[in-house]
Amino acid sequence: MAEQGPIPAADATKQRIFVASQWQLTWWRFRKHRVAVASALVVAGFYLAVLGADFLAYADPDASEAQRSLMPPQRVYWFDGWRFRPHVYAVKGVRDQQSFRRVYRADPDQKIPIRFFAEGFEYRFLGVIPTTRHLIGVDGGLDATKTIFLLGTDVQGRDLWSRLMYGTRISLTIGLFGVTVSLLLGVVLGGISGFYGGMIDTVIQRTIEILRSIPTIPLWMGLAAALPREWSVLQVYFAITIIISLLGWTELARVVRGRFLSMREEDFVVSARLVGCTQMRTIFVHMVPSFMSHIIAATTLALPAMIISETALSFLGLGLRPPAISWGVLLQHAQNVQTVAISPWLMLPAVPVIIAVMAFNFLGDGLRDAADPYT
Amino acid sequence: MLAYIGRRAVLAIFTVWAISVLAFVIIQLPPGDYVTSYIAQMASMGSVVTDEEAQNLRIQYGLGQPIYVQYLKWMRLIAQGNFGMSMEWRRPVTEVIGERLWLTVVVSVAALTLTWVLALPIGIYSAVRQYSAGDYLATFVGFIGLAVPNFLLALVLLYLGFVLFNAHIGGLFSPEFSDAPWSGARVWDLLKHLPIPAVILGLAGTAQQIRIMRANLLDELRKPYVVTARSKGLPESRVITKYPVRVALNPFASTIGYTLPYIVSGSIIVSLVLGLPTVGPLLLKALIAQDMFLAGTIVLLLGVMTVIGTLVSDILLVWIDPRIRLEET
Repeated sequence: MAEQGPIPAADATKQRIFVASQWQLTWWRFRKHRVAVASALVVAGFYLAVLGADFLAYADPDASEAQRSLMPPQRVYWFDGWRFRPHVYAVKGVRDQQSFRRVYRADPDQKIPIRFFAEGFEYRFLGVIPTTRHLIGVDGGLDATKTIFLLGTDVQGRDLWSRLMYGTRISLTIGLFGVTVSLLLGVVLGGISGFYGGMIDTVIQRTIEILRSIPTIPLWMGLAAALPREWSVLQVYFAITIIISLLGWTELARVVRGRFLSMREEDFVVSARLVGCTQMRTIFVHMVPSFMSHIIAATTLALPAMIISETALSFLGLGLRPPAISWGVLLQHAQNVQTVAISPWLMLPAVPVIIAVMAFNFLGDGLRDAADPYT
Repeated sequence: MLAYIGRRAVLAIFTVWAISVLAFVIIQLPPGDYVTSYIAQMASMGSVVTDEEAQNLRIQYGLGQPIYVQYLKWMRLIAQGNFGMSMEWRRPVTEVIGERLWLTVVVSVAALTLTWVLALPIGIYSAVRQYSAGDYLATFVGFIGLAVPNFLLALVLLYLGFVLFNAHIGGLFSPEFSDAPWSGARVWDLLKHLPIPAVILGLAGTAQQIRIMRANLLDELRKPYVVTARSKGLPESRVITKYPVRVALNPFASTIGYTLPYIVSGSIIVSLVLGLPTVGPLLLKALIAQDMFLAGTIVLLLGVMTVIGTLVSDILLVWIDPRIRLEET
């Protein structure tokens, strides 16, 4: 008879690991990857901004005003004397007598206090609740001399910060939809390829190889240029999503196929087949859940490429077109060096692009490492 | 080995055919044809194209025929080395594209070379000195390189060049050489302008290759044969370069096939931002004007270029890795 001593502490943690589900193990592994956790928070922040874009914006993104064209970002003063009273100085536009350009001068005597939960243009919060409250704002926000421009304005005098918020909404959701479509294509085609093997596998693999050896941008340009000019913003939006995902599914399909191949001969799959599960059931109930985490990681890594594609296409004028607002559309204003040299703040929309792409990459890396908790 | 290369070559030919069909479908996709956009263009300038003239144009370019007939005619022309007429420029496509294609090749190859020249030593260093300051720096720069879309990088560099040095750093030639015939001085001028586009195009690929090289080499360095080599007294540099680096190089070579299309794609947008005389800006204009033979030819030639690059990388891979040779026989 074996002696029944108390279980040592080291064994207790081992016990915990032995009984933990795969998702728990994945989570424990992921938690250790600090950069990935931080990136997850950044990504969550971005999607909160997507949800509350109109709440974070304080000006109507389409409201143009010639009187405030190309205003530089206003400096925010947090304290008035010793009291915490965030304010900006009123700005006056005058024409420079020598260069005939509009220049703006801050007037330190006229302080405009920044109000929190201020009243502004009307919108529906989360698409349902009608409200006029915004995170920040100023009194009499519609007066051209009494407004706040955190990031300055564009040529038509539209507020860049507010446009950036709306652009975030479109750019990040287009990536999400694109990735969903690619995921569907990738899982179905990659799954079929890996599950059946043989002739079907060869055909699908060769197709992927061909697609991958085509330079994507010319192909996208061709497809995007084919969109009728008179299409509505919404139609173009979906068309672009589909164009981007048509070529984006190959990597996901490759990952899924690899998983299927390695899993096809596993005991639990064989037994599922032996007890008479239909193929659909074997695939979706038994196999897919066991490599779900891999799919999630691959999806996260595919997102930044989608975001960059949309930005690049819109930047060329072939993707989304004004009045739609996306990061790429905003960057169109920065195409010309001369413009950028005079108004460098027009390049600011590049910052969220870079941060978002980095965050998704780190998050995806962390998820990919965590997806294999047994190694 | 020959069988392997033969199979790859067959696949490459098939790929080129698929690209030609795709290219043709794409240029046929937009509603209307070149004549409709030509009429619209003339109308915007105030002149009117009569129905008869439009009809003549259509017949001249063979636009009224069924699509597959147009495709076959195009293929027959290409087989004769004639890529058709550019409708917008009213000159043969080959003449319009001219040296732009070669400049695209030059820029892409320069970027690819730079990628390898930088990624190889940095990747080896990062792996051998894992977690050192240099390794962290390489990882950080690598991530920046991956995250910044190359056209944005081009924009930022242009801006910095403009603000800091008051110089325009775009283009591939100085103004006095842009239309000059080829000469030693012109080649030298091109070489002087090449580094900036090459860095911009190569950075993302470099970042990726550094990570691949580092990961591969780290895997190899932990293997027992490295310990053996070290214990029998080989100098450290020889231990690393003689065996693990050579093994780690192998997946490195296989990625060239995917790096090349990426660089060629990137060169199109970057060319637009930097004002490089490559086929990129031409393609954009041709697509918008529905100049179908020009657009189709550019897409086709870019595709062929990458397919050849991929084929070369496949052959390179067989040459480096004997295991593939054995598998195939």
